[in-house]
Amino acid sequence: MAEGLYKEGIAAQRLAPDQYPKNFADLHPPLDRHEALVESDRCYFCYDAPCMQACPTSIDIPLFIRQISTGNPLGSAKTIFDQNILGGMCARVCPTETLCEEVCVREVAEGKPVQIGRLQRYATDTAMARDVQFYEPAPSTGRKVAVIGAGPAGLACAHRLAMHGHHVTIYEARPKPGGLNEYGIAAYKAPEGFAQAEVDYVLSIGNIEVRNGQMMGRDFALSELAASYDAVFVGAGLTGVNALQADGEDFEGVENAVDFIAALRQSPDLSQLQVGRRVVVIGGGMTAVDAAVQSKLLGAEQVTIAYRRGKESMNASEFEQDLAASKGVSIRHWLKPVRILAEGGKVSGIELEYTEIRDGRVAGTGETVRIDADQVFKAIGQTFDAIPLNGSGSAIAMEAGRIKVDEEGRTSAPKIWAGRPEGGEYGEEHSFLKAVRNAWSGKTSSLWAADNPARGQCGVTALVAQDHLGGEILKTKMGGRWHFYNRVAGRRVDFTSSQFDHPIQYDDLLASRQEAFSDTNDEQYAELSNRLSLVTAKG
Amino acid sequence: MADIRSNFVGIKSPNPFWLASAPPTDKAYNVVRAFKAGWGGVVWKTLGEEGPPVVNVNGPRYGAIWGADRRLLGLNNIELITDRDLQTNLREIKQVKRDWQDRAMVVSIMVPCEENAWRSILPLVEETGADGIELNFGCPHGMSERGMGAAVGQVPEYIEMVVRWCKQYTRMPVITKLTPNITDIRKPARAAHAGGTDAVSLINTINSITGVNLDSFAPEPTIDGKGTHGGYCGPAVKPIAMNMVAEIARDPETRGLPISAIGGITTWRDAAEFLALGAGNAQVCTAAMTYGFKIVEEMITGLSEWMDEKGHRDLDDIIGRATPNVTDWQYLNLNYVTKARIDQDLCIKCGRCHIACEDTSHQAITNMVDGKRHFEVIEAECVGCNLCVNVCPVESCITMEALAAGALDQRTDKTVSPVYANWTTHPNNPAAKVAAE
Repeated sequence: MAEGLYKEGIAAQRLAPDQYPKNFADLHPPLDRHEALVESDRCYFCYDAPCMQACPTSIDIPLFIRQISTGNPLGSAKTIFDQNILGGMCARVCPTETLCEEVCVREVAEGKPVQIGRLQRYATDTAMARDVQFYEPAPSTGRKVAVIGAGPAGLACAHRLAMHGHHVTIYEARPKPGGLNEYGIAAYKAPEGFAQAEVDYVLSIGNIEVRNGQMMGRDFALSELAASYDAVFVGAGLTGVNALQADGEDFEGVENAVDFIAALRQSPDLSQLQVGRRVVVIGGGMTAVDAAVQSKLLGAEQVTIAYRRGKESMNASEFEQDLAASKGVSIRHWLKPVRILAEGGKVSGIELEYTEIRDGRVAGTGETVRIDADQVFKAIGQTFDAIPLNGSGSAIAMEAGRIKVDEEGRTSAPKIWAGRPEGGEYGEEHSFLKAVRNAWSGKTSSLWAADNPARGQCGVTALVAQDHLGGEILKTKMGGRWHFYNRVAGRRVDFTSSQFDHPIQYDDLLASRQEAFSDTNDEQYAELSNRLSLVTAKG
Repeated sequence: MADIRSNFVGIKSPNPFWLASAPPTDKAYNVVRAFKAGWGGVVWKTLGEEGPPVVNVNGPRYGAIWGADRRLLGLNNIELITDRDLQTNLREIKQVKRDWQDRAMVVSIMVPCEENAWRSILPLVEETGADGIELNFGCPHGMSERGMGAAVGQVPEYIEMVVRWCKQYTRMPVITKLTPNITDIRKPARAAHAGGTDAVSLINTINSITGVNLDSFAPEPTIDGKGTHGGYCGPAVKPIAMNMVAEIARDPETRGLPISAIGGITTWRDAAEFLALGAGNAQVCTAAMTYGFKIVEEMITGLSEWMDEKGHRDLDDIIGRATPNVTDWQYLNLNYVTKARIDQDLCIKCGRCHIACEDTSHQAITNMVDGKRHFEVIEAECVGCNLCVNVCPVESCITMEALAAGALDQRTDKTVSPVYANWTTHPNNPAAKVAAE
């Protein structure tokens, strides 16, 4: 019986003990002082800088880089933390190559952007290494706020609340705070306990109490918190995992990629972590890449990512795809799972069907292929689990599978605010929602209004959403008219619910494309299809 | 193949690149290495009078400023003249000159402003077979406190007097090295000329403090908590040196006086620019101290390849070619109108031109057109100042385009005149001369 690398099935200790730390070392080693000075000098200090426009947290990038270049890394760190107290982790994991660095004028000029992420890390690491605290709580307001979830959103929210003099209690379901940063990111992106060090740094402002192991809907109800606190912020992440919708998901060896990643992050000894000799990861996002690459680094011999669309549609960035390829992961496009194969209840392979775009939708060709596998990871997106919310008695309006919030993060329930996890790999629907919001106009529905852009867009949007996301079109009678929306991967998704100012009592009746078409016309449909293909290059 | 052999006041060298009087030319070991590397000549580091040599500080002698990637832009020093025994220097000079006949060997000298001091040392130097002498009237630190170096160079009468002595007591060509630490470089040049100097060399270093240590609050370089001004040199001083060379070259009183250019020369191009302004050769120090002697290879090949490309046969074809184009402000053509133009294909949209113009100049560059980030010159506001060209990080992206005669200048609403007209005849000039009818 072969041992180590070639051991059949799912096994630990595939590598020599000294190989693990090497494999899981820092992906991007930090810049030293001189490297940071040289790199910061490359920044042109652009006017109205494109990098800053592209930054989801609007960090003043030219300013913080200039501060590095003038020997003021602490001032630089403060510029970053002013906008994003978790700037240290962001510097490590943010897909800068598709955000700030993609639009850097140096990228335009020479294909080599300023390394903004690594400079941000240099500044934030300098401040954290010296334990420099830039903020202190304002005099107490006497107000108490509950924050649900000690992930990035909850921590950032708690820090700001504490700064403004409120007392914060964070309820965290897991044994440790940090959320995605602690449980959901590849180990080589934040080694050496950085996630917990950052949590400590954030919490050291004071006036924040963290209660671990407190799960909403199990240990407390949202309504209780709303009753006993002045305000509640829901910063719960995406705890649901989409199903493959393929036969055999229950076989031993089929796992959620996020669980594998979490186990890896929490493992005190990576050599004891089991991984298949042959691994297949289903999905095309960052989670798929993280799971695939780490499988490879744990010693899996063959790792394959199977994705149902083409390379250009993958949510994993180009950099991540290249990283996977460089580690020996094979990425196969245009394949969707049909059934998991097993021998003796254990996974032995997966049958996949080739796909193509037909009538604007992903469709199977009928031709299949089998890939041998001991382990199959599901990484086809995560969802917001709304059940604990609604079990609490508060009726909180939802939108596209997420809590509906206004521009200030206010939900439909009094005293309750919510964060909104960004789309990307964690919800194809969310990316679609962002894109479709930009695409709506008077040309896609005659009822469109600037202050209510979703009005009258339900039929046309449901049609185009089905083109992009698959699934079914559903309908519910509202005020004598049909309201159309979608079901994607078995879940209701309503992209136009924001047009209504009241919660919807959904009937979820199946609707045909013809019915949805009766709500729109060819011109509007063509317009929205075209706008969306321009707005988003992703599928 | 261009002929880059140099004949400077009768001193011949295979190329016009000499090492300036400084640490690289303090002893035979360095000078032999320099000649092996290809340098055309050297000015041996300044000799003082017979007797106990000067002493140097034992702490740092140099300070610097840096650009990107710690590229050295400016260097200063507080080193004095040679601190080696006079006889040792003379012996080595003689030996090296004997071994390297084809290279220029000039000896820098600084002794007190007394006729006897000069009369004593000149025969000793002459005996080495050196090709010429350079009078150090430029060293701005240390020696100037003792009435030598820049202290002499700042008094034209002293310059004339000492030059006269030297011309009297030696047959060697005399090159007078000038200090830039004065207001009008023409005065010491005229004095040297009046004294009969064969040439001037310039610039010596500039009084400077390169930095202040913000922990100890001491100037740099710091010697036990204190500092003194040093002499500044390197790429940063080149524009100052070029102006001074040009001022002497175009001064009617010194026109034709040979000039040995010194001041931040780092590349063949720097040297060519000085030659064009009227210098006969080029002396280099900081570049060699930064990169070593090998840089002369780049200088030799760069200069001769450029000359070949442009059809210049020898150095006389380029020396002084730019001098007639250096003039006074009052003679600049006020009817010459330029406008900036941004090449949209080259533009990387950094916006530096816009913000420079918007915040600090004439509000003549857009930042947004039809809702898109777009930088374009507004001709009606553009005064043609060139700031946008200078701040643009992309070479040739923004250019200054001259308006043709007869074209409309949208800023002034006037058509561009084909006639040259300068301030001396401008109606706004109260002292304007009435143009001849």
